[in-house]
Amino acid sequence: MKAKVYITPKAGILDPQGLTIERSLPALGFEGVSNVRVGKYIELELPDGDAAGEAVDQMCHKLLANPIIEDFEFELVTE
Amino acid sequence: MAISSQTEVTPVRFGVVVFPGSNCDADSHDAVRSFAGADARYLWHKDTDLGGLDCVILPGGFSYGDYLRCGAIARFSPIMNAVQRFADDGGLVIGICNGFQILLEAGMLPGAMHQNEGLKFVCKLVNLRVENNGIPFTTGYERGQVIKVPIAHHEGNYFIDQAGLAEIEANGQVVVRYCDDEGETTEASNPNGSLGNIAGVCNREHNVFGLMPHPERVCEEIVGGTDGRGVFESIINAVGAKAAAR
Repeated sequence: MKAKVYITPKAGILDPQGLTIERSLPALGFEGVSNVRVGKYIELELPDGDAAGEAVDQMCHKLLANPIIEDFEFELVTE
Repeated sequence: MAISSQTEVTPVRFGVVVFPGSNCDADSHDAVRSFAGADARYLWHKDTDLGGLDCVILPGGFSYGDYLRCGAIARFSPIMNAVQRFADDGGLVIGICNGFQILLEAGMLPGAMHQNEGLKFVCKLVNLRVENNGIPFTTGYERGQVIKVPIAHHEGNYFIDQAGLAEIEANGQVVVRYCDDEGETTEASNPNGSLGNIAGVCNREHNVFGLMPHPERVCEEIVGGTDGRGVFESIINAVGAKAAAR
């Protein structure tokens, strides 16, 4: 199956990239945009099974995200 | 008359870990060897045994291409288990720049790194104020002393949550801060947006130290300064004092 992992900066933590994008949007005529946050999207394939969710959760905690500064969510997709 | 073996001084043994992508390993190695009474050797990231050592240096660079997050992959290198055990036993570990990032990712030091606030790689000489000169890495400085040391990084924006900050402040774990020429920790003197102008922290036990600036790059006049020598002198003295106490 496939796992789609979304990693974002934790709420309340300054995101310099998001802020820079937010500040540049009005120049293109997009007014009123706020809370731009830049994160990462990771796709991976792993063996089907009941343990897959737990495995991806562990991957996120140990490597894919840094829980001090990042939140993560993931979805499992069977193709 | 034969010299008694007790009067012979054993050099302080430094090990410099080389990860794929380290690029300050030779600078660190050479800086150590500019001190009488110190010796350095390289350790490969796949080694699982440190051999006899007094201090481990995790050097600067771009270990594993900085993929995912700086230091995130290097912390799983085989040698890091040995480094962790060495630190647990009270051994001295210093992480410089990428080495600091690795120690943060490994959880051996508190906090985490963000991209610099200005989103640019910053390479320049900065002022640092020595906040705690009572740890094995800083006794060669005065408390409050301002030293000039270069930085060169893209992810040096130190972050820790409020509870963590209160804890490291209370335990003397904030070791150096970015400051101006007068030693004031102003916003203008903060090169990367680090919380509280923090440039370097140590663990609760004070035997693991990480900093973004590069003391190994200012150990000889010919390269522009000697303000970094105090770090290595402090380590050499700390190891010597420990040996004498045995």
